[in-house]
Formats: sequence, C-alpha cells, structure tokens
Amino acid sequence: MSDQTRHIGSVELRRRPWLQHSILPGFGLSLGITLTYLGAIVVLPLTALAIRPWELGLHGVWHELSAPRVASALKLSFGLSALAALLNAPLGLLLAWTLSRYEFPGRRILDALVDLPFALPTAVAGLALTAIYAPNGPLGSLAAKLGIKTAYSALGIFIALVFIGLPFVVRSLQPVLQELDHEVEEAATTLGADARQRAVRVILPAMAPSLISGVSLAFARAVGEYGSVVFIAGNLPGKTEIAPLLIVIKLESYDYAGAAAVGVAMVAISFGSLVLINGLQLALAKRGKA
Amino acid sequence: MNLQPTANTEAKSPLSLEISGISKSFGRFPALRNVSLQARDKEFLALLGPSGSGKTTLLRVLAGLERPDAGDVRFDGEDFLSIPVRHRRVGMVFQQYALFRHMSVAQNIAFGLTVRPRSVRPSKSEVADRVADLLCLVQLEGLGSRFPAQLSGGQRQRVALARALAIEPKMLLLDEPFGALDAKVRRELRRWLRDLHDRAGVTTVFVTHDQDEALDLADRVAILKDGELRQLGAPNDVYENPADPFVYDFLGAACRLPGIVEGGRLRVADWETKAETDAPQGRVEVYFRPNEVVLAPLDGAGLAGEVRAVAARGPDVRIECLIEGQIFELESRGPGIPAGVAPGLALRIKPLRPKVYAAQPRV
Amino acid sequence: MSPAARPISSVRLPGVAFALVAASAIVMAALVLLPLFVVFRDAFDKGIGKYLAAVSDPDAVSAMKLTLLVAGIAVPLNAIFGIAAAWCIAKFEFRGKGVLLTLIDLPFSMSPVVSGLVWVLLFGAQGWFGTWLIDHDIKIIFATTGLVLATILVTFPFVARELIPLMQDQGADEEAAALTLGASGFTTFWKITLPNIRWALLYGVLLCNARAMGEFGAVSVVSGHIRGLTTTLPLHVEVLYNDYDFVGAFATASLLASLGLVTLVLKTGLEWRHAGELAANRKH
Repeated sequence: MSDQTRHIGSVELRRRPWLQHSILPGFGLSLGITLTYLGAIVVLPLTALAIRPWELGLHGVWHELSAPRVASALKLSFGLSALAALLNAPLGLLLAWTLSRYEFPGRRILDALVDLPFALPTAVAGLALTAIYAPNGPLGSLAAKLGIKTAYSALGIFIALVFIGLPFVVRSLQPVLQELDHEVEEAATTLGADARQRAVRVILPAMAPSLISGVSLAFARAVGEYGSVVFIAGNLPGKTEIAPLLIVIKLESYDYAGAAAVGVAMVAISFGSLVLINGLQLALAKRGKA
Repeated sequence: MNLQPTANTEAKSPLSLEISGISKSFGRFPALRNVSLQARDKEFLALLGPSGSGKTTLLRVLAGLERPDAGDVRFDGEDFLSIPVRHRRVGMVFQQYALFRHMSVAQNIAFGLTVRPRSVRPSKSEVADRVADLLCLVQLEGLGSRFPAQLSGGQRQRVALARALAIEPKMLLLDEPFGALDAKVRRELRRWLRDLHDRAGVTTVFVTHDQDEALDLADRVAILKDGELRQLGAPNDVYENPADPFVYDFLGAACRLPGIVEGGRLRVADWETKAETDAPQGRVEVYFRPNEVVLAPLDGAGLAGEVRAVAARGPDVRIECLIEGQIFELESRGPGIPAGVAPGLALRIKPLRPKVYAAQPRV
Repeated sequence: MSPAARPISSVRLPGVAFALVAASAIVMAALVLLPLFVVFRDAFDKGIGKYLAAVSDPDAVSAMKLTLLVAGIAVPLNAIFGIAAAWCIAKFEFRGKGVLLTLIDLPFSMSPVVSGLVWVLLFGAQGWFGTWLIDHDIKIIFATTGLVLATILVTFPFVARELIPLMQDQGADEEAAALTLGASGFTTFWKITLPNIRWALLYGVLLCNARAMGEFGAVSVVSGHIRGLTTTLPLHVEVLYNDYDFVGAFATASLLASLGLVTLVLKTGLEWRHAGELAANRKH
C-alpha cells in the first residue's frame, strides 16, 4: 500500500515539476480562477491592443504616430507628466517630511487628506480644477490679472497632473522617513554633523530610491490621466490635446487601428521609461546596501 | 555539563514509530538522505543538529506537512505516509507556535475538537471541560479569554502545547519548542515539559539545535548533519561515545590534536598511552573534553604545555594552555586556582578519556 | 500608519519647523482642499432647491443606479479574483509567479482610456468579435456589459495587491496547524485564512469600490454617452457640463466627492485601527 502511495506521489510530482509540494489545498482551483480571469480581463484585451495597429503595416503605424497632431499630443502628455512628476518631488518631500517629523494640531487630518486626489473621482477633480483656474475662478482670475492663462492651456494640464500625482510621492516617502534608523541620525550628530548636513548627507540619500519610485509612479499615472485633464485642457488639436483624448477622438471616428497605435505607443513609452527608472532605482538601492 | 541519568526505555516498550530510508530534497538541495530511525512507545526522542541538518524537515515529514521523495514511515505498524495530515492525529507545536491570532486562547485550544465531523464532535460542554482541563494542565487557568497577542512567549508556547494535546494525539511533535524563549524561561519550561510528557504518556519527537537541551530532556537523541543521521542513542551513550568527530564537537567543547596509533599505543606529540583496542590504526585525530584533564599528573605523563593565563569564574577555573603550538582553554573544577598554576608555568596535561578517530582527509 | 509610530523631531529647528508646517498646509489647501471646497460651493450656488432638483433628476437617478450596478458586479468579481490570486501566489511555491504578479500589476500602469479602448478593439463594431456580436444581436460596447468590463480592468489589481503581501507575510503556519488539528481544507480557509485577512480584504474592496464608482476615462470610451442608459455618475457630470448645466454638473459631482470623502474616512479609520492587519506597504 505504501508503495502505491509513493508511486502516485511521484507521478503527481512528475506531472507538475514547476510546483513545490504543499499540504495546503486549493492550488488548482485558485490558480485556475486566477489564470482564467487574468486571461479574459488582461491578456486577451491587451493582445488585441498589441495586434491591432499592425494592420496598417509598419509604415502605416509610423505614419500614424508621426502625424503632427499625434506627435504633439504624445510630446505634450509625456513632457507635462515628466514636469509635473518633477515638481511633485519637492512638494512630496515637503509634505512627507512635515507629516512624519513634526507633531502639530491637525497633523492626522492633513495626513489623511493627502490621499484625497486619489479618492476623489477624476471627473470631479477635473471639474473643480477647471472652476478654480477658469478666467473667472478664484485663482484663475488672479493669474489672468498677471496675464497668465491657466485653464485651457498647458499650464492647466500641468496643474491637474501635479494634483493627481502628489499622493504617490508622499506615500512612497513616508514609510522610509518613519523607519529611518534613529541611531543613524544620532550617529551623524555625534560625529559633528549639523541639522542641515544630517538632512542633506544622511537622510536624503537614504530616501532617494523611494523618492524615485514615487516620482515614477506619479509620472506613470499622469501620462495616462484623462478625467481630471479633459475639462481643464481646452483640447485644442496640436496645442492642448493630450494623447488619451486623441485615442477617444480616433475611436469616435471608428479609426480603431489608429487609436490602438496611439495606445501601444503610450504603453511602450511608459514601459520604457519605467524600466529606465527602475534600473536607476536598483543601482541606488544597491549602493545603499553596499 | 549537566548529565542527568534519564530513564532508559529501550528494550522495555515496543517500537511505535519506524522511519526507514527517508529522503527529501528541495530542488537541488538534499534536506534528508536515507534517514532511518525508530522510537519506542512513549519515548521522548530528540532530533538534534545544526541549522540546515534536516531535523525540521524530518519533523514535518512526520506531521505530514512535507512529503518525502522516498522512504517509509510507520506508526504502530500503520503506513503513516498514506494518511493525510488532518487524519494523522499528530500534535504539532510549531516553532513560532502558529497560534490563531484572531481566536482567544480557549478557542485556539478547542479548535481541533470543534472541527471534527458532527458525528464524532464532542458537545459544547465537553469541549469546555476539556479546554478547562488543558488550561489547568499547562498552568494557564483564567487566561482562556485572552488573545495570543496578549500573552508572553512562554505562555504562547504552553497554549500551543495545550492546543496540540487537545486532539489526544498519537504522537507529539515539537519544533524547537524553546527556540523563541529567553534562557531563564527556557530552563523552567524544560523540566515542566518533561514532566508533562511523562504524565501524558505519548510518544514525543522534538527538534532542537541545543545539545544541552537534547541531552537533558530526551530518552534518546538522534544527531543529524547535512540530512544524514550521524548517531542515535541515549544521551549518556552519545555523550560518552560520540560516533564521529562532528558529533563529538557538537555535543560539547572539544580539544583536538593529531596523533598516531601503532602497535596498540597512541602517541600524541611526546605523550604516549595505551590505545583502545577498537581504535583506528595509523594517523588519527585525538579529541578530549577541556574539563576532562588532569593537570600535572603525579606519574608525570601527559602533554607538555605552558600556562598562558588563569582565570576563576565561579566554581570553574579556566586555564589557557599552549600545547603543541595551539592554545586550549582548559577547565578545572574546584575551589580556587590550583596552587602554583600561574602564567609561564610549564606542566604536563593528561587527557582523561582521549577519543580517537581516523584522520579525515583535508577537504 | 500606526498611531504608535511617534514622529521624531530630531531635526527640529526653531522657526524652520513652523515654516515647513505652514508651507505644507498652504500646499494642501491650495492644491487639494480648494477643489473639494469649490465642488460643494458651486453645487449649492443656486440654492438647495436647485441642488435637490438636480440630484433627483431622472437621468441623474438612473446614472446612480447604473453606477451602483456596475460597481456591484465589478467589485465582487475582483474581490473573488483577488482572494484566489493571493491564495495561490502567497501560499504556494511555483515557477512563473513573477510573470503572474507583473500581469496583475499591469492595469495600474495603463491609461484608463487604454483600458476602455481594448474592449472596443475586441467587441466594438469593427472589433475582433464585432461582426459576430452584431449577427447575434448582442451589445457589449455602448451597453452595461462594456461598462462592467472596462471597470473590472481598471480596478483589477486593488484587492489582489492588498492581500498578496499580507498573506505572504503571514505564511502558511497557521493553516498547517489547523490541518494537523484535523480541519478540512475548506474549514481551514474559512476559519483561519479569511479571518486573518478580513481587514485587508475590506480595505482592498473599499479602494476598489471607490475607483469603480468614480471611474471616468475607461467607461467614457465604451459608454457612448446615451443619457439615462449608459451614463454612470462621472459620465453624467460630463454630459451636464457640456450642456452648460453647471449646477447639475457640480451637484452630481458633489455626490461623487462625498463618496470619495466617505472612502477616505473609512480608509483612514481602517489604517488607524487595524494597521497591523493591513499589508505593510501602503502604495496605491
């Protein structure tokens, strides 16, 4: 009987050499659900996206993407997203630092509110930002007096992208600031470092990997952002038209392949920049460990 | 070294656990290699070894949490490997206790009873009675409504034990039962666990890396290294007669010197003595315990040494000696430093019970 | 964030601390709080009567119902998926796990518009299955099914991302202990695993639901904006805004903003009370 058991056991092991034996039940069921769902919801649709543009041929895709309207939309989306993510770095640092280093009345509420741009539906944010920065809005009218156009311009898009990216940077930094070994700072103090030197030479370098990852998350989110931007953008072709909007417009004229081409380009550029940023982050993290 | 004579159950009770030829690897790493050993009914068996020796894997095989690649486990003659975990009725105490954190102490202990099929499930009042009995047994009366997070390490360990005992296990398995406790609690619980085992009368296998603990508690000790069983025997036997240099070294402080056995004589440096009849011939490694030496023996025979430092620590005196170019820290028991022993003194040191192993080819 | 984690103020400088706190408060007020304030101000701009009329408008009510329906389908499905994915990823060792994790994370890095686009490419009039669907008179795009699919894709990783790190952290010892005590696989899951992950599950469901109800870009692509039929609340906001019905748009937006606020309060409450039972890494 024991021989038989072992035999069955070894057969099973041979059938699934990629799975380490466990006594917990439900692997087949849970993996089955996961793969089926993942296949239907993510893999199949993305395959459609990846394949669709190529019915235009390589040349057609290039033609599609290099068209002035598309090219300027991609430039606008990625350029403004990068700028917004970069502004979020100091803003996020400021907030994360204040929230995790000081005790003051209202700290917890302020801390909770950091997630508001994340919790607020994007259409609501877009609507509200437009109302604020429109020429007759509370801040828009101020800017108009100075001769600056905020809403319906690239600046308006930029503001919306800063708004939605802020929580990513703050939330990436906070855990590191809180967990940063107190003794490291104390050691720096005993070695004669003053507050500024401690901040710049001890704390900032320790935060660099998280700062980069927060900024890159904010960037990725900004590139794809639609809801909070379309209201404030003004959507002038070639001027304030973002890439996601272009996809919507192309779909409305049933240009599926064109829309898919823009979509693939966005995914590819985002992915490429994330890989780059990850590499940078990894290099920094390694240096930190050495 | 605390060497209490322990009850020797060998040859008295029948075999209950028979492990034969167990092998198990994780990927390319062989965790167990052809391990065979037996435990007698109601025996307290220790699996002793350094980390990575396979002792925990063997315990998990017994519990049914790992499936061996080859081999056989029988319990009371029954094929144990073919019984799924939940029907094995083994009481397992995990290293980190694995208490259910969202359940109270009482719920934790009752769990094994309440998950039984309705037909064999004890009634609510029976469960409550049993939980009360067990809480009393592990000396946690009145803590039944606490949650694991509110207990100390030692208390958690006892809850884990009570939970395992609740199912009236055929065999109790303990994975480093004192590993997560501090030294003082550990000593207290050790005796208590042994008493508990004697009262519960259940075959117990426990894993430890602490030789002191294994020798102190167990009826028999199985010493593992690199997935292989190196020696199995009563604590006294393995301590007095370690099967190989590893076991000798692992069970206590050891001093080692090269020597030669020829014509029934053992020679170490300039000291010569009678070799044991079963000693290997030729180049050998000579082991002796640093506390089993005679300093400056009357007959003048022994290893030539030079005292480097002397320090009294409580009842023990530590004497640092240079022998054959190596420094050994010898121990001498007795009140105070022996007269005349001071740094710079040249003297003879006679190991009382040198143990001889064939010289290992250098790796 | 755990309440036990006291802020350290070793780098406190007189004046600087105050300046930093003040600067943070100003940034938050101008960038984050002002929009919230403006939504409610403009919603009640023309009085409470106009507000109530706007939110009880039949189209608004049907948008609410549709939003609830879509979230009511998408969130439970994603929760079931999240539990299944977390179970097999956290409790078992198998090859290909990394690929699986990457695929689960993928929707987070996609534009919501792309998450809508992919469904059009599959089920739109000129999509892969478009002709077949028309022949069989099945409508997915410009219908509730499309809205549900787009919402599912956008909110796909929320529950799984919350559960996987937590369950990996917890390990499988408690489950193994339950099995040695005689519990069946189902009992073990129901009595041991589920109670251990309940707060994290709730947390993930909360975030998933907030995003599902508030999603705009993805559903905008597949909706077709048919008033009273395929407009969810966020889309209804846009329709009203484009019709220059600002009170209506802001009134509807205020409902969504309230949803966001409630989510925020519940989420913060969970973080304060059950910090230990939520996954350690708190990234969106």
